[in-house]
Amino acid sequence: MIKHLRSAADLDAATATLILDTAGEMAALAGREVKKLPTLRGRTVVNLFYEDSTRTRISFEAAAKRLSADVINFSAKGSSVSKGESLKDTALTLQAMGADAVVIRHPASGAPHRLAAWVDGSVVNAGDGTHEHPTQALLDAYTMRSRLGRLDGLRVAIVGDVLHSRVARSNVLLLTTLGAQVTLVGPPTLIPVDIAAALSPQTKVSYDLDSVLPDMDVVMMLRVQTERMQDSYFPSSREYSRRYGLDLARMRKLPEHAIVMHPGPMNRGMEITPEVADSSRSTIVEQVANGVSARMAVLYLLLGGKA
Amino acid sequence: MASPRADAPSKIILSASDLQRVVDRIAHQILEKTSGATGTVLLGIPTRGAPLAQRLAARIHAFEGIDVPVGSLDITLYRDDLRLQATRALGKTELPGGGIDGRRVVLVDDVLFSGRTVRAALDALKDEGRPSSVQLAVLVDRGHRELPIRADYVGKNIPTSLSESVRVSLTEIDGLDEVKLTGGDL
Amino acid sequence: MTSYLLRGVSVLGAASQDLALVDGRISDKLPADAEIIDAAGLVALPGLVDLHTHLREPGREDAETVETGSRSAALGGYTAVFAMANTSPVADTAGVVEQVWRLGREAGLVDVQPIGAVTVGLAGKQLAELGAMASSAANVRIFSDDGHCVADPRLMRRALEYVKAFDGIIAQHAEEPRLTEGAQMHEGEVSTRLGLTGWPAVAEEAIIARDVLLAEHVGSRLHVCHVSTAGSVEVLRQAKARGVRVTAEVTPHHLLLTDELAASYDPVYKVNPPLRTASDVEALRAALVEGVIDIVATDHAPHATEDKECEWAYARPGMVGLETALPVVLSVLGDRWDLIAERMSRTPARIAGLTGHGTDLNVGDPANLTLVDPSARRVVDPSELASRSRNTPYAGTTLPGRIVATFLRGEPTVLDGKAVK
Repeated sequence: MIKHLRSAADLDAATATLILDTAGEMAALAGREVKKLPTLRGRTVVNLFYEDSTRTRISFEAAAKRLSADVINFSAKGSSVSKGESLKDTALTLQAMGADAVVIRHPASGAPHRLAAWVDGSVVNAGDGTHEHPTQALLDAYTMRSRLGRLDGLRVAIVGDVLHSRVARSNVLLLTTLGAQVTLVGPPTLIPVDIAAALSPQTKVSYDLDSVLPDMDVVMMLRVQTERMQDSYFPSSREYSRRYGLDLARMRKLPEHAIVMHPGPMNRGMEITPEVADSSRSTIVEQVANGVSARMAVLYLLLGGKA
Repeated sequence: MASPRADAPSKIILSASDLQRVVDRIAHQILEKTSGATGTVLLGIPTRGAPLAQRLAARIHAFEGIDVPVGSLDITLYRDDLRLQATRALGKTELPGGGIDGRRVVLVDDVLFSGRTVRAALDALKDEGRPSSVQLAVLVDRGHRELPIRADYVGKNIPTSLSESVRVSLTEIDGLDEVKLTGGDL
Repeated sequence: MTSYLLRGVSVLGAASQDLALVDGRISDKLPADAEIIDAAGLVALPGLVDLHTHLREPGREDAETVETGSRSAALGGYTAVFAMANTSPVADTAGVVEQVWRLGREAGLVDVQPIGAVTVGLAGKQLAELGAMASSAANVRIFSDDGHCVADPRLMRRALEYVKAFDGIIAQHAEEPRLTEGAQMHEGEVSTRLGLTGWPAVAEEAIIARDVLLAEHVGSRLHVCHVSTAGSVEVLRQAKARGVRVTAEVTPHHLLLTDELAASYDPVYKVNPPLRTASDVEALRAALVEGVIDIVATDHAPHATEDKECEWAYARPGMVGLETALPVVLSVLGDRWDLIAERMSRTPARIAGLTGHGTDLNVGDPANLTLVDPSARRVVDPSELASRSRNTPYAGTTLPGRIVATFLRGEPTVLDGKAVK
């Protein structure tokens, strides 16, 4: 079993499938009146968040608490971290507190890798800079599998700011491992030319959303920050949403069964119109619920056995 | 528990036909003790308890034409020995429609040994609902209880030493029906 | 002063001979009281000259001082180092360069030659008083904003022109700043995978291309710091073929290490310009042998532990390199001693106009030299470095060659592989 989840590349197909299967069992248990399980009693999970992300933190907190772990939330705001304490010193503090797992969210790519070198416990990457967000990819894959019944051979378009997206990186790695065919779509300024070579050679790239949609089982819209406009990644929000936004007309080009995903938070009107976000094809609310199950599965697999 | 070497001496305790007879007998006993299985639910504990529960339900149907609700109850997340080995994959929990509230639950497992699995099953059951009563059916009782637990239905009592191991095979999982005792001084 | 007889030494790989060091010079006479050093199996090289060293004093004495950096240099076989101007305060006045120069003299382990800043405060806005630094006691001839690029083309042109008056040279840190905002590592497959902002090769190549054209236009000398890409090599090759007076350096780490090392996210591998790809390394090696790249310079960049034991993006770029430079070059070039002397001693001395260093070790030359045991192999242990900092990328690596002794004007600064003071 793996010790850390720093990257979706830490997961081979068997382990990833095991996590998705486990998430399925966890989801089934979530339907009962008593949601709590005794599994991780006596284990301590620290949520170390250097970035505001209430939704991800709450999701991890709910996951850990449902498994009866003790949860310590360590937020960078108003703590020793904002007084300039280094990640290493914080790591040593967590180590002394006996953290069995540290869930880290950090604006610097690779921070979870550094942390893993300084603590004995497991490290779970909850989003690091523009690098990865592997539990998001797991909940996305879980959502696709429960909606469409399979991942192998599934055709998935990931649309938008791939360059800066940790969600995209983790999804490409995980989905490819599980046999899906990923096409990255966006303006050339936001799709690194060597993305396929960097992540997985099967990955396709397109700059034309309309031509891609009819062949897709899944289209995942990425959040596009309007600040990218200032850096000339695209000329204007209007032009971006015209070329790469998902509206009803574009959604109709998708096959009947295809689903629309978004990792949130959405820029309604920018990459996705409200009608699409709220349509029956959209899995956006499901993704949130599945997040808890997927994170329970990860915590169980990292902490539920011999250390 | 140390698992015996592959070439350790072994003895067949129940053959395929023995096993079938034993299941039949337990099915009859359940019918007897539960007044024709009224208000009764069979819950098998994965891995091998689950197909055993299915078989019992099928036999009860064959004998009396009664459809006993049957399901499975995975106890992995309730085990008290998780930290003693690598993380285990979860089994399926599938409660029959209508749930377990106010019903008599018969837990079904292959081997009764320390009793810890059954304790975990009782904990898991408590989180699933409130049965009117809980009974236990096992194919083999090999002794060495570590908790105050006993079975209501026992297919076969097999006195064992701690160095021995009881291996139950079922067609649904292992491709054949048999119960084997290995290790120790046979 | 003590005279020395180096018995059985091989000068630049030639047949073994005895070499006498008398009154600070190489001599054909031998006083009876000379101290005899058994140099059998050792190779004598002219003392190495580093055109690119960060000594951190004044300002970051916790990372390095002129004295600790000098010791580190002597142990690496150097007899002269050029101290970069990005100190605090910046070496942009005669006062600061003289202070550094004096500290070097006091340490007395290598000749410390200050480099002056091109622009005030390295801010790239206004020329520093280059002439005042040139005529100061420090006698500055090399000017550089290293750490920053002189990005403004008009300012670069003026600087190139202005220093002609005192035969100065501008050493450019070639990095187009608009193309490297937030850059963390080489832009390529690895940066894409790691989610670290890329530092594209073109940001270096574009500035070198511009600067060779400017140097050609105004007829000035240009030196290019730490060339790191295959594309830069091609730009330099063309410029040199046209007769542009441009020289270039490469660091030992760019001759050996690649961007794949960033996958650990350990900032010990973070450096500016960043580690590049294997094909860049190959092109740089070939260019060094060919002479398109003129010299090896260390870009010795000591950093305090807290500036490296952190997240990659927050770490300062740079690696210490004085004590490992020759072993790395030996591992790359093999025992081509004359080529090594050319790239690490004679040519850098010539570019800087530094007399007394980079000689052929003939009778009468100043006795600035180093003795190397080419058969030794050593595992790099950061805790053994004389530098005040530990940020070497070679920890645990086995490298060939051991610097046994270094002489500065006939006085040993290193004996038996240990600094004498």
